Order: sequence, then C-alpha cells, then structure tokens
Amino acid sequence: MSAIFDVRNLKKMFGGLAVTNDVSLAMAPGDRVALIGPNGAGKTTFVNLVTGNLLPDSGSVTLAGEDVTRLGPTPRVRRGLVRSFQVTRLFSEMTPEEHVALAILQREGRSGGMFSSHRAMPEVMDETHALLSRLGIAHLARHPVSEIAYGQQRLLELALALALKPRVLLLDEPAAGVPQSDTARIEQAIADLPADLAVLMIEHDMDLVFRFAKRVVVLAAGEIIFDGSPDAVTKDARVRQAYLGSYADARSVA
Amino acid sequence: MALTTNSGAASLTGGRLTRDAIGVLAILAVAVLGYFLFPNNLALLTRITAIALLVLSLDLVTGYCGVATLGHAALFGAGAYGAGIAAAHFGITDPIAMLAAGILAGALAGLVSGAVVLRAHGLPQLVLSIAIIHLAHEAANKASGWTGGSDGLAGITPDALLGHWQFDLWGRTAYVFGIVLLVLAFVILRQIVRSPFGMLCRGIRQDPVRVRAMGGSVHGTLVKMYAISGAVAGAGGALNAISTQVVGLDSLSFTLSAEALVMLVLGGTGSLYGALIGTAAFMWFEDVVSAANPFHWLTIVGALLIAVVLFAPKGLYGSLAAVFERRGRKAP
Repeated sequence: MSAIFDVRNLKKMFGGLAVTNDVSLAMAPGDRVALIGPNGAGKTTFVNLVTGNLLPDSGSVTLAGEDVTRLGPTPRVRRGLVRSFQVTRLFSEMTPEEHVALAILQREGRSGGMFSSHRAMPEVMDETHALLSRLGIAHLARHPVSEIAYGQQRLLELALALALKPRVLLLDEPAAGVPQSDTARIEQAIADLPADLAVLMIEHDMDLVFRFAKRVVVLAAGEIIFDGSPDAVTKDARVRQAYLGSYADARSVA
Repeated sequence: MALTTNSGAASLTGGRLTRDAIGVLAILAVAVLGYFLFPNNLALLTRITAIALLVLSLDLVTGYCGVATLGHAALFGAGAYGAGIAAAHFGITDPIAMLAAGILAGALAGLVSGAVVLRAHGLPQLVLSIAIIHLAHEAANKASGWTGGSDGLAGITPDALLGHWQFDLWGRTAYVFGIVLLVLAFVILRQIVRSPFGMLCRGIRQDPVRVRAMGGSVHGTLVKMYAISGAVAGAGGALNAISTQVVGLDSLSFTLSAEALVMLVLGGTGSLYGALIGTAAFMWFEDVVSAANPFHWLTIVGALLIAVVLFAPKGLYGSLAAVFERRGRKAP
C-alpha cells in the first residue's frame, strides 16, 4: 500500500521482441532492492522506461501515488525520481562545488537566477560543503572534475543525486569501473544513504548486491523470474538456469 | 568549518569583483588610448565596439552554451534595422529610444532564430543557422519599402544624446556612447555568466544529459540565453545604425556572421575577455594589413588565423590564461 514507487505490468517491444515483458516492481520508502540479470536481460531498457527516456507500450509507473508514465525524464526528476549513471556523467570543466550547488539550486527552482551567485548564498554553500564532506570529497571542492580520480567522480555522482533530495534513487552500477581500492568508500557511501530513501541498484557485482540488498529482483529475457531475499536467490533453479544456462544443468547431472 | 567556507566564499566573491573592476578599467584604458592615438579614426573604433557587442553575444550561445551558429549576424542586423526603421519610419530619433528598439528587435530575432536553430544539434544546427541568415538577408532585400533594400536604409538622424551631445562629424559622441554601452554590457554579462543560470548554461554545453538528470530544462534555458544574446547583438546593431546613420544589407550577412565566429575563435571561446580581445585584434589587424597591402591582406589575415588555430587553439586570451594558470599553480 505504502509504495513510493510502483511499476505495474510494464511492456516494451522492439520490433517483435518483448524487451520488457509484463514487469511489475513496487518499492516502499527505505527499501534496498537490487536488480540483477544476465547481459541482454533488459535492465537498461527497464531503467530507460522507469526514468522516462523511453515510453512503454503498456503498463504504468507511479511515483508517490502520481502516475508519471507519460512524463519525460526531467519532470520525473523534479518529482523525486533520481538516477545515477553507469558511466559517470559530469561537467568536466566544473568543480564538485559547482556541481552540487547547481543541483541544490535546481532542486529549489533557483537555477534560472541571473543576478546572484551561488558563492554569495551561505545556505547553498553550507549545504554543498556538508554534502561533499559527507562523501569525503570536500578537499576536492574546487578542482575541475577532469582532474579528480574516477572513484571520487563516482562519489560526486552520489553527492549530486543526494543534493536533489530524491524519494526514489536508481543506482546504475555505482561501482562500475572503479579500482578495487576505492570500492569500499563507495559501498560505505551507499550504506550511508538516508534510511527513508527507496533505492534500486542495478548491479553485476554479486558481493556488493549481497551486502547492500534486502531484496533481489532477477530479470531475464525481459521478465522478472525472481523476486525475494538474497539468501533464496542463489538457490533458485530458474535463476541458476538464466545465469549459467545449460552449464548449470550439466553440473547438476554430473 | 562553516565560518571558514563562508569567509572563503566572501573573499572569492571579492576577488571576482576586483577582477571585474580590472576588466572595466582595461576596456576604458584601451578606449581612451584609442581616442588619443587615432583621433581621425573614431568611426573605425566605434565600428569595432559595435562588432564587439556582436561577438560577445555570439560567445554567449557558442562559447557558453555550445550552440554552433553561422547566422548570428541576423540578431545584429535585426537590431540595426530595428533602430534604423524606428528612426526613419516612425520618427523615433532619440538615441536611447533607438537603442531600446534595437535591443528589442535583437531579442525577438534571438527568440525566433533560437527556436529554429535549437531544434537540431551539430552540423544540422549549423546548416539551419546558415539558412536563417540567408532568409533574413533576402527578406530585408525584398522588403525594400521598409529597409531600403540593397541601397541601404538612409534618413536616420539621431537627436542629441540625452538632449546634450550632438552626433558630430568626427564621431566623438558615437564613440563615447559605444564605449559606455560596451562597458554596461560587459558588466551585466559578467554577472549573468557567473550566476546559477550561467552555470546551468555551461553545464548544458558540457553534458545536456546530466543537466536533464538533475531536473534542469535544457531547451528552455538555451532559448532564454538566445534572447539575451539577441538583446546584446541588437544593441551592437543599434549602435552601428546610430553612429553610421545608415543600415546596409551587409549588417545582415553570412559574411559578418562568419567573421564574428572567426573573431571569437581568435580571441578564445567561453570567455568575455576572449570575445573582446578577438574582435579588437582581428579588426585592428584587418585595418592595418589592408592599408599596408591592399592586394594581399586577406591572405595575411588567413595566415594569422591558421597560426592562431595551430599554435594557440584556445585563442589569444584562452592560451594566455592557460599559461598564467599553470604558473599560478606551480608558484605555491
């Protein structure tokens, strides 16, 4: 009942192929859900449908009780559905401080102001620096993003998402491409996300999935084949089949 | 912690204001120098000032927002014809009112051409902008009842500026008027480019997808910037109409659009200083070289451009700024 995010019977065909076939997924505030699935399972299409980059053929997406199925990406963000990107998307010539300040101003509908400056707004600057310190990148606040390490750029992406004060957060492979030495910090940042935020993480790294998720959803060939606890997912026969194909059978026979 | 960041912010804002003051003083110093060095050439200096407004305006959309355009003179020409038609056909001969007419016409032209050009990206965008300048040129040519067609729009006789200063034969009033206008535009634009709106524009240039993911409106922001850009170019056009007292089709030409882009690249995109330096350098160089060698001056200008693009790809100002930045970082 208290779903903040509710996807019902979502369907998308590309040509004759059902890339997303009757997918339903609901999340309550505070949920930590991992969406996994082999390559080509339709995870990216699902993300695009949910964020509004693609329109579904049928089905609905509801955000805090409001039907947003026909809305584009920007109005969905303004209603609290925020995503991060699998490959970092940042403004390479701008500093983390500018990024976060812009996101805060955007959230407050003040990003169109022409006769002010974020640096002259103490409340924006304080929030910006508080957020950057929370993610441990405050010391980089005034370096251009092109000069900071990839792991730190991923942390900045999280800071940007948080600056928008989302209700539902979609993390698209938050640790992808990050060197092993930095993943712990990113995991920590994800563990520290606000408790009332509903988080859906799309991830390949199963260690991360098991540490993060209280619920795992498995997508294969456009359909949800499993929705349950992390403990149960490894034992599920259909999941093993989807991931390992005939090898799973071969092993069970042998 | 909060205290240190705040005082840091304050001192930084202070630093920026100082830098702006230096910028304004530099413009004024160059203007005064020009006045005394070339007292018989004030018409050229006023022309440079008008074109500087056009190049500043182009920098807003190309340098700050990443919009590719070869049709920006449409905004300049709209301002020139706006001011000229107001004077020649409606008897609005007060220079400030003519300027207002030019700014308004430029902003309108900015809205219209922005609405068209922003439909596309990359090369198609460039082609659309070329189509716009040709259409505008042809429309002005055909509507000769209003614009004077290829003969140009004459009969523009502006009143004394503020009822006091006549636009004299030597062009002193026009020159001072132009410099005041340029300084005003510079100060306003410095503010706009560092505002949240300006930051959003820079963000759009670097990654529009990220801006959308932050809930930002890409198209709306760009259209707004186009209108502002049109107002600035329109002011330049109006200045040209007031100072020369004639408006020709060349103010609405592809050639002028392309030259404005060349000046911007020469000075360095994405910086107001770059736009100013590029305009002054190009037009001064063009004047000197064409006087020294009337037959091969275009070749020499071409060679200069090739040299700048090859050896200072960020433009005169951009490359210089990069050198200073590197030194500044090594020093502490």
